[in-house]
Amino acid sequence: MDLDVDRRALAAVSAGGVLGALARYAIGAAWPHTSSEFPWSTWLINVSGCFLIGVLFTLLAHFRPGHRLTRLFLGTGLLGGYTTFSTAEVEVQHATPAIGLGYLAATITGALLAVWAGSTLAALGTRPRHEAPVDAR
Amino acid sequence: MTLLLVALGAAIGAPLRYLTDRYVQARYGTGFPWGTLAVNAVGSLVLGFLLGQPLSPGLTALLGTGFCGALTTYSTFSWETLTFARRGEQATAVAYVLVSLLTGLGAASLGAITAQAL
Repeated sequence: MDLDVDRRALAAVSAGGVLGALARYAIGAAWPHTSSEFPWSTWLINVSGCFLIGVLFTLLAHFRPGHRLTRLFLGTGLLGGYTTFSTAEVEVQHATPAIGLGYLAATITGALLAVWAGSTLAALGTRPRHEAPVDAR
Repeated sequence: MTLLLVALGAAIGAPLRYLTDRYVQARYGTGFPWGTLAVNAVGSLVLGFLLGQPLSPGLTALLGTGFCGALTTYSTFSWETLTFARRGEQATAVAYVLVSLLTGLGAASLGAITAQAL
């Protein structure tokens, strides 16, 4: 099957992924936790990454709709490499039942609220300041 | 050294996620994010397996933090869920979240059980 994948796209995703993963590693190293503690560093990483992807994809759709490489570098690469699903799931599995359930719920709730908030705030920012009322047009 | 290993793992994991998504979309269409679901499940399986093994810090950085961390994504998953909800497809959004979380947890457990059995 011909996927028609160009090397620039792969390079953009790869470079972004490296930067995102390094940022995630740095936060995890600065804020470690044991299996009896709530994994705040991963929670923060995933929730902030979801907020940022909401902002990014909303702004790109408005200002740079055709900019595929920017979307691939920053969205698929950087934020995709920064956030992690596998670590979150394994941390739930390794935690005590109470912490695991609380962490699972806090991550999915925080992530969905964050992506919605990021996108909504970015959409507000893209509106013209002096928009004429619809009826007056 | 650890930084280099994390970077190397991510340099492979992130484009593999992209290629999987492209492949799955070309084959099964863009209606449901099967690609993201697949990489998140496979990444959870591999990470569950790796962490169930006695693994050196270097290999944990390369395969765990770098490769599995960059192969899987929470940001794309949440953006796709928001897109379903905004299109009025609330049932699909809820189903996507539940299937993703249950598959991920099941895969992580399966990986850990396999590691113990070996």
